[in-house]
Amino acid sequence: MNASHHPSDDLLWSYAAGSLDEPSSILIATHLSLCPVCRAVVAKAESLGGELFENVDAAPVDAGSLDAVLARLDNTEEEDPVFSENHGHGEDGATVPAPLKEYLPGSVPSLPWRWLGPGVRYTPVVVEAKGPKVGLLRIAPGTKVPMHGHNGNEMTMVLAGGFTDATGSYQRGDVEAADDGLVHQPVADPGEECLCLVVTEGELQPTGMIAKVLQPLFRL
Amino acid sequence: MTELLVRIAEHRDKDAFSQLYAHYAPRVKSYLMRQGADQASAQELSQEAMVSVWRKADRFDSTKASAGTWIFTVARNLRIDALRKEKRPSFDPDDPAFVPAAEVAPDQFVEVGETQTKIKAAIAELPEDQAEVIRLSFYHDKPHGEIAEYLDLPLGTVKSRLRLAMRRLRMALGEEL
Ligand SMILES: [Zn+2]
Repeated sequence: MNASHHPSDDLLWSYAAGSLDEPSSILIATHLSLCPVCRAVVAKAESLGGELFENVDAAPVDAGSLDAVLARLDNTEEEDPVFSENHGHGEDGATVPAPLKEYLPGSVPSLPWRWLGPGVRYTPVVVEAKGPKVGLLRIAPGTKVPMHGHNGNEMTMVLAGGFTDATGSYQRGDVEAADDGLVHQPVADPGEECLCLVVTEGELQPTGMIAKVLQPLFRL
Repeated sequence: MTELLVRIAEHRDKDAFSQLYAHYAPRVKSYLMRQGADQASAQELSQEAMVSVWRKADRFDSTKASAGTWIFTVARNLRIDALRKEKRPSFDPDDPAFVPAAEVAPDQFVEVGETQTKIKAAIAELPEDQAEVIRLSFYHDKPHGEIAEYLDLPLGTVKSRLRLAMRRLRMALGEEL
């Protein structure tokens, strides 16, 4: 099934331009793996980049640089290093798309999950680059995540299972963008555990009673 | 240009490469200088980019992108890697999780050249203030907040100009964008 909630054009265009930070790009690339519709948007934005490229004022290159480059073309010793193809990670099969998998040290169950509240566990995804925080969230079937608000933007993408809140129902591949100010209480769909990729700019703001108690835990 | 790239991919044609180099190396260099590279490193990286173009030419698919678009993506990725020292997460069509696009009916198939022509015309018709934010966003590695600072405009104005520009481009492409 294809995704029905997509990231904003703004983000897709920034990704195409190469100006989006690395943490957010992980989520966008993961979504693109699952969403032909957004891949088409990115391809169009790249065509725009290509067009601007044709119009850019050319900077003269050093004399002799072509010869220097030609001399390197037959040298196969300096081929690009082959990156480890760590598709698989055994039991994950096709659950975790490649752009995200590259950042995980092992299979999803083997990650260092932290208890965040009843039925909710979190593990950070380590990204060296600056920018928002990235993590994975596991929510047991039927669990209500405590009501919370956001200061700063948050993007959540479903990888398995699904959840529903006042803004709609989210399944594999769907992205929910929570702006500054959105207060919501997502509920994991019954049946299957919900696995989400979360990119957070600010700290979550618990608003309900239980969430207030859990506040320290929400400081992901 | 697209034909040159195909000749490189299929026949390892150095003459084609030299012609491609003459056209694109100065553009790649100019792009990198706008991204903050000094003259010497822009020169070095543009050579790097063109070597990559030679090596990866077999990955170029002329039904999906024009030569300029593809070389732009090679230069962009190199810039993120070399200038920003970050990784560029990107999807992989061989990934078992990858969801392929549905087959396009032949009558709905849009030629790459056609899209490129429409984009060219649409850019030419953009009002200058909108064209400027698009250029800054593609060529100066500036997040929208910094574009706002650079132009001394509120962030909301930058975002709305980008949105307007996108809408126009979308319309020019017949809502396909
Ligand atoms: Zn999408």
